[in-house]
Amino acid sequence: MSGRRVMVVARKELVQILRDPQSLMIVILMPVILVVLFGYGVNIDLKGLPVFVFDRDGTQQSQDLLKHLQASQYFHVQRVVDNYDALTRGLDNGSAKMGIVIPWNFSQRLRAGGPVQVQALVDATDDNTANILTGYVQGVVQAYSAQVQSQWLSAHGAPLQFAPIAVETRTWYNEDLESSAFIIPGVLALVMSVIGAFLTSLTIAREWERGTMEQLISTPVSAGEIMLGKLLPYFVLGMVDTVVCALIAIYWFRVPFRGSFLTLMGSSAMFMVVVLSMGFFISVLAKGQFAASQIALITTFLPAFLLSGFLFAIEQMPLPLQWITHVIPARYYVLVLKKIFLKGTPAALLYADLVPLAIFALVLGILATRSFHKRLT
Amino acid sequence: MPSAREMWRMAESSNSVVIQGLTKRFGRFVAVNHINLEVRAGEVFGFLGPNGAGKSTTIRMLCGLLRPTEGSANVAGFDVAQKPEMVRQNIGYMSQKFSLYNDLRVIENIRLFAGLYSVPAGQLQSRIDWVLEMANLKGQERLITATLPGGWKQRLALGCAVLHKPPILFLDEPTSGVDPIARRQFWELIHQMADEGVTVFVTTHYMEEAEYCNRLALIFRGAIVALGSPSELKQNSIRGELLLVECTPLGEALEILQSVPGVIDAAVFGNALHLVVENVQTAPAQVSTSLAERNVAVQRIERIRPSLEDVFVALTTMKDAERAA
Repeated sequence: MSGRRVMVVARKELVQILRDPQSLMIVILMPVILVVLFGYGVNIDLKGLPVFVFDRDGTQQSQDLLKHLQASQYFHVQRVVDNYDALTRGLDNGSAKMGIVIPWNFSQRLRAGGPVQVQALVDATDDNTANILTGYVQGVVQAYSAQVQSQWLSAHGAPLQFAPIAVETRTWYNEDLESSAFIIPGVLALVMSVIGAFLTSLTIAREWERGTMEQLISTPVSAGEIMLGKLLPYFVLGMVDTVVCALIAIYWFRVPFRGSFLTLMGSSAMFMVVVLSMGFFISVLAKGQFAASQIALITTFLPAFLLSGFLFAIEQMPLPLQWITHVIPARYYVLVLKKIFLKGTPAALLYADLVPLAIFALVLGILATRSFHKRLT
Repeated sequence: MPSAREMWRMAESSNSVVIQGLTKRFGRFVAVNHINLEVRAGEVFGFLGPNGAGKSTTIRMLCGLLRPTEGSANVAGFDVAQKPEMVRQNIGYMSQKFSLYNDLRVIENIRLFAGLYSVPAGQLQSRIDWVLEMANLKGQERLITATLPGGWKQRLALGCAVLHKPPILFLDEPTSGVDPIARRQFWELIHQMADEGVTVFVTTHYMEEAEYCNRLALIFRGAIVALGSPSELKQNSIRGELLLVECTPLGEALEILQSVPGVIDAAVFGNALHLVVENVQTAPAQVSTSLAERNVAVQRIERIRPSLEDVFVALTTMKDAERAA
């Protein structure tokens, strides 16, 4: 292994990347676009949802609850109706996403220490939205219920036996229920898949296609030197992009970062080896740029997008799909990312995810090395 | 009395390339069929044949890029199948298609290959200067390679292949797609290298280029059909004598003459026919009578010296006849 030969190949590769507008766009713009896209575009938070309210109680206490609802920014009290039909009509024609019905004995029951139930009719044509809505309304009502309890305590000197509305849903790690905090760390896995596998998949295929490989392998440079030299620039660019994405996530989207930067870089380097090896392996096998790029997209980018748990929760997938996710390297990396960002889990406690990632890196690395020979066929 | 081993060494020292029974099959297709060849140190050796004859396949095996199916080849004293890396240290190779990096600058390509060939740092600048000088690219170092004219590209490719002063140079159709003047300049470079002691193994399908070689092998359908210097080939390969016949219409004349006794072979060359005949004294009369009988107008019949193309056509038609028989 000659360091000089590795470096001349790496320098050549870097010059080619920097001189190719398409590659350059992918290296510089794509990471930023992806983070911003997922930070803003794929925002599954809902705000200002139209709500119809049917207040059958009409007391100061019931109005108080409605004020809380209105103040929560998730809801916008579109109309206050005085009959049940108007409420259901609003849901039917879509002018309301949710109807709130406060029972006639609301304040009366609360004075007696409850319990009382507030009815929430939710438009569930989009079950995802419905789930989120239910969560929001529960949050608001719970907060109000806690307030009632503390008032009771100060008035009667003794706590209530049970909560006026007993729902217990706590949102950990992402207290503000900001979906971007869940999503953005995973974007790093996408960016690395594109840089590592997609761009790399082109490098060997391009050389075969243009005939430059024949000249290259007629020189004393070894297969290992070619591989290392070619992958080195992509490794460095991929890591730089990782840092850039992390910085945008932390400083622009205010995603909490509670773990160590070193752990982030270490696990990212490991994932980078995985995707680079896959890209290289694909490039060696495909021998055509178009085929290689398609295979790279299908085998790395799509799984990283769909099956990694980055956007869609793995626990909610059909069982067979859940099994498949175990052989998707991005799954482990996305888990590690979320833990580092949101939980601040130290490296020592990440072994359950890092060990599979390391195994993937090793196996794919060996596979890539073995696949490339300095021979024409 | 030298031992067999020493004899082999001595033979090697005067031969840059020794090929024995070299064969390459792709599935059932035999691209190169048991060829034997010795190329002497310092000669310009031409490998002449039509497209698809097996020239590139042979040269790729000699450079260690393709594994021979059978037989062996020894280049610069190293077996191409056993020690391809040692072979690569000692050769320069220019592939058929231009295959330097088009998106790199001239100087970047040169530096890349200097690095790949591990040209010592102390010699680097003088080698780069030498290559720029040789390829006549001084002052053009910063140009992007893609923008160079064809002839310049070829010279740059040659320069990149000799940065490490290899004793043997393999050039696969180095002048294809280059204009005639640039082609002539390129051959001057080849001879310049040979004068410095470099063995040059060059393939071509241009007959006129073959004349520039010290020795030639004619390759046809994967086999060597003739071997020798251009003048040897012209003297010895054709059985009979050669006549040039100018007449109209050519096609009809060709058909008629193929069945005239005493005519061994007839072929169209430009706007005339070349005939290989048994007896150069009696043939002209026979030919003109046969053509006159069928109303073919004859402008000229003349005895000529065979060109390499005549040799090639004669040999390949002979091979085809053997195959058909």
